[in-house]
Amino acid sequence: MVSPISVARPRTDSHPEASATGRSVGPVFRPVPADAPDAIDIRGVTFRYGEQVILDDVDFQVGAREIVGLIGPNGGGKSTLLKLILGLHKPAAGCVRVLGRTPKAAARHIGYVPQFANFVKRFPIRVEDVVLMGRQGRRRQWGPWPRADREAIGAVLEEVGISHLRRRHIDALSGGQLQRVLIARALAAEPQLLLLDEPTASVDSDGERSLFELFNRLANRMSVVVISHDLGFISDYVDRVACLNRKMIVHDTETLTAESIERLYGENVQMIHHHH
Amino acid sequence: MNFITALGSQDFLQNALFAGLLASLAAGLVGPYVVVRRIGYLAGGIAHTVLAGMGIAYFMGASPLVGAFISAILAALLIGYISLKGFDQEDTVIGALWAIGMATGILFISQTPGYKVDLMSYLFGNLLLVPADAIGTLAWMVGGLALVLLLVHRPLTAVIFDEEFARLRGVPVKTLYLLLLVMVAITVVLLLQAVGLIMVLALLSLPAALAGHHARSLGMMIVIASLAAMAFTTGGLALSWQFDLPAGATIVLVAGVAYLLSLIWRSARGGLRR
Repeated sequence: MVSPISVARPRTDSHPEASATGRSVGPVFRPVPADAPDAIDIRGVTFRYGEQVILDDVDFQVGAREIVGLIGPNGGGKSTLLKLILGLHKPAAGCVRVLGRTPKAAARHIGYVPQFANFVKRFPIRVEDVVLMGRQGRRRQWGPWPRADREAIGAVLEEVGISHLRRRHIDALSGGQLQRVLIARALAAEPQLLLLDEPTASVDSDGERSLFELFNRLANRMSVVVISHDLGFISDYVDRVACLNRKMIVHDTETLTAESIERLYGENVQMIHHHH
Repeated sequence: MNFITALGSQDFLQNALFAGLLASLAAGLVGPYVVVRRIGYLAGGIAHTVLAGMGIAYFMGASPLVGAFISAILAALLIGYISLKGFDQEDTVIGALWAIGMATGILFISQTPGYKVDLMSYLFGNLLLVPADAIGTLAWMVGGLALVLLLVHRPLTAVIFDEEFARLRGVPVKTLYLLLLVMVAITVVLLLQAVGLIMVLALLSLPAALAGHHARSLGMMIVIASLAAMAFTTGGLALSWQFDLPAGATIVLVAGVAYLLSLIWRSARGGLRR
């Protein structure tokens, strides 16, 4: 394993005017408490489905308020790794610590955006009620939603840019809009760690850029791990790139070359240079 | 004598209407969860296993309604356990329980001396035979269901909508799922009065499915389903009185026709406008 190297990347300023113009305005000072535990600390983790080894002796660390891109070929174990961090899977060997706790104990402080929506779009529910579900487990579980929770999601909808969809039924949303609803639901939990599994799969390139700008801004107040296939976007917006193909290799974004990418994917990769 | 006039003068008809309305309310409260969670088949399994409990209660000389309750709740927990365990052939296992429940009931009934006509009323429903003193019990049970649902609606909706996400948020997913099935079981027993065991599933699912055509939230679906179920029961009871037809079957047919009309109306509009 290559030791992770942290490289300070320019952050998109959180100022609304700057984000509206899409300008990157240089590194933003992000104070991180000296005693803050790693958001993710995975050591020697192996995971199998039956006989098949999905993850083989994987080490992976993500610091507080760091944004890491996770890439790798299909079936390389990316989604499995997220599920281990969430406590939905248990490793066959090794240790997973999240926010200094066990994954199960940390789950309520993790925001999770799954690759595929786990619900049917015909479910009779409006956007605001989906987003509210991210607040579940923060206060009492029973009875109607407290007013404070209903009020709290206003800022989240605003931040993700879907305030105008608040009363819309989910069946009437485009793929990109639904993706933003899932991100808002994850943020409604006020997480310390945000895990995104291919959040831009159904989004056009303009939408993809604005989402990655959002993730970059979010890294000012939480740790972010984002799975993506688009290295072009990833390397512009993240601190490090972690490449997972059964084994984990972590690069800082400056050292990614065609050769290293090809080695990771284990096959010929067609590189298309594009500037967004 | 027409239905309205008869309602004013006949106590048993008033009892029938009250019992029917209470059962409909229960169906409207619980049915939408069954429809959106797509567990109609599980509800069918619970309903038909109830016959085993009623048959055994008859054989032992106990109240068939008590037998129905016990077997419904046991079936709900058993079927819930099977469903949660994720057996490969869940549908086959539930189908087997469905058949075994009915067969057990029929065997015990056949071994009970004499043929009980009121058992037939549980199979096919007969609102006109509901005793006056049962109304209070039904009302308490429906009130209890409403209260429990008021408390658990929020986490239950989270579980039904996206189970994985709900689990990550610390919602007790399995407990709520089993609670839902127990509430289905209680509703099934309440509906036995109105439409009988065989047609329970119709009143549990048709008003809720119809409501699903028009509602934008689960809460709204519950309101529409409850009102629709009460309208079907009242309409079905009136028609059956007017034309001397079996009440349970008439109620189910009214619900079925209304559901089909709603489906056609929605299709004609090209899907639900949101």
